[in-house]
Amino acid sequence: MTRGRYDSLIDGVVTVVVMLAAWQGLFAYAGDVAITPPFTTIAYAAALLGSETFWPHVGATLLAFVEALAISTVLGIALGLWLGLRRFAGDVAEPMLAALYTIPKVTLYPVILLLFGLNLSAKVAFGVIHGLIPIVLFTLAAVRNLPPVYRRAARALHLTPWQTVTRVLAPAVMPEIISGLRIGFAVTFLGVLIGEMFASQRGLGFLVINGINSHNVRLTTAVTMLIILFAVGANGALLAFARRRN
Amino acid sequence: MSRAAKILWTRAAVVVGAVLSLEIVCRAGLINPLTLIPPSEMAAAMLQMLASGEINGDIAHTFLTVAMAFIAAVLVGFVVGAALHELPRMRRAVDPLLASYYAIPIFVFYPLLVAVFGLNALPLIAIGFLAAVPAMLIGTLLGLDRVPRVLRKAAKVHRLNRIETVTRVVLPAALPDLFGGIKLALAYSFIGVIAGEFILSSGGLGYGIAYAYESFENRAMYGRMLFVLLVAIITNGILYAWEARLNRRRGRA
Repeated sequence: MTRGRYDSLIDGVVTVVVMLAAWQGLFAYAGDVAITPPFTTIAYAAALLGSETFWPHVGATLLAFVEALAISTVLGIALGLWLGLRRFAGDVAEPMLAALYTIPKVTLYPVILLLFGLNLSAKVAFGVIHGLIPIVLFTLAAVRNLPPVYRRAARALHLTPWQTVTRVLAPAVMPEIISGLRIGFAVTFLGVLIGEMFASQRGLGFLVINGINSHNVRLTTAVTMLIILFAVGANGALLAFARRRN
Repeated sequence: MSRAAKILWTRAAVVVGAVLSLEIVCRAGLINPLTLIPPSEMAAAMLQMLASGEINGDIAHTFLTVAMAFIAAVLVGFVVGAALHELPRMRRAVDPLLASYYAIPIFVFYPLLVAVFGLNALPLIAIGFLAAVPAMLIGTLLGLDRVPRVLRKAAKVHRLNRIETVTRVVLPAALPDLFGGIKLALAYSFIGVIAGEFILSSGGLGYGIAYAYESFENRAMYGRMLFVLLVAIITNGILYAWEARLNRRRGRA
């Protein structure tokens, strides 16, 4: 046990070192018109985090992200449960949802903008159209793959519908719903960022695209790093949470 | 009517109903025509652009980019996936990266890719490739993991050599997951390329939509949009049906 943990610690350190080396190598190859080297970037990111003007952008992105995630989660789980329990509706809807999942949703962005205008709700809507479908699909699959014996057992024990849901169904589908949420989390964040990149005056996505357009490589690299750290960190936390539950 | 037929008909009814109600809502003037044009006009605009050859260049440009990104992603994803499968410790180290990969908005790397590859088609191909390659890699790992041990033993019993074992036993057994990976790789490379064109590039279908949006040409925008959506949905539908057939055949075998 301790040996395995020690090994994985070493593996983690080696992975990080290799990535930093690759980053430094990329800088050596592409030069500072494209990317800033790791330590400069970390220093600049630290300066950004200490500055007053940076936090409103973080706040704008997080606000839109939290709203979009809340809507995707509630709506996605509700829809997924319903489609999973109604077998026929689920069979009708599943391939359609899978097809919707594969369309390039950026192309819909103009429609979203025309419908919602250039403000917070367009970003939120864009996050939702990215995040909703994977959450529905995972929930649907979770409910459908439930062994029928669970529900029979619940009936045999004369559980009320509420007890059936809270004591039997919810714990059984939880691991798969958490994987769905993990993917939903990532793509919702992606959706919000894309929304900010295309038409917004605030937020991290705006900072990145602004950096790209004004050739502010330092800003782009630092914000990109912060975005990746946030995404990877949050994803790791959700993974650890899912593992602990199992 | 069989259950499968009923499902198909219901699905068709849902689609037709949605399109029709959108048409009615637009025609009745409930939605500003500057916001949304009726679906029939979108289709007309699309057909007109296709017939006049106006968007042929864009289509060829986008499809070629997607095709290169997709092929590269499938090849590299398969080879790296197979290699990682043989190197368990390496795989354990890479695993958290793979699990978090899709949380990263890839196209923020576009300026970097331009600096590395130059201002040509390669950065966009790279975006499509980067979007698609982990899907193929994960599909390959999953497929190889799921090859039943008894099949590998059977290959040993029959004294198959390494190549025969791979081509006759391992690959056929891993096929469903490999196919799943290929399917996702195609979808993701398409999404990546279109998104890259839309936000950053200056050519292709994605750029055409963004350009039409910015110059308020609704018909041009919705015509292209419909074309992109139809291509994605039809391709996905074909692969879905193919996959279902593949799985059915395996179920019987």
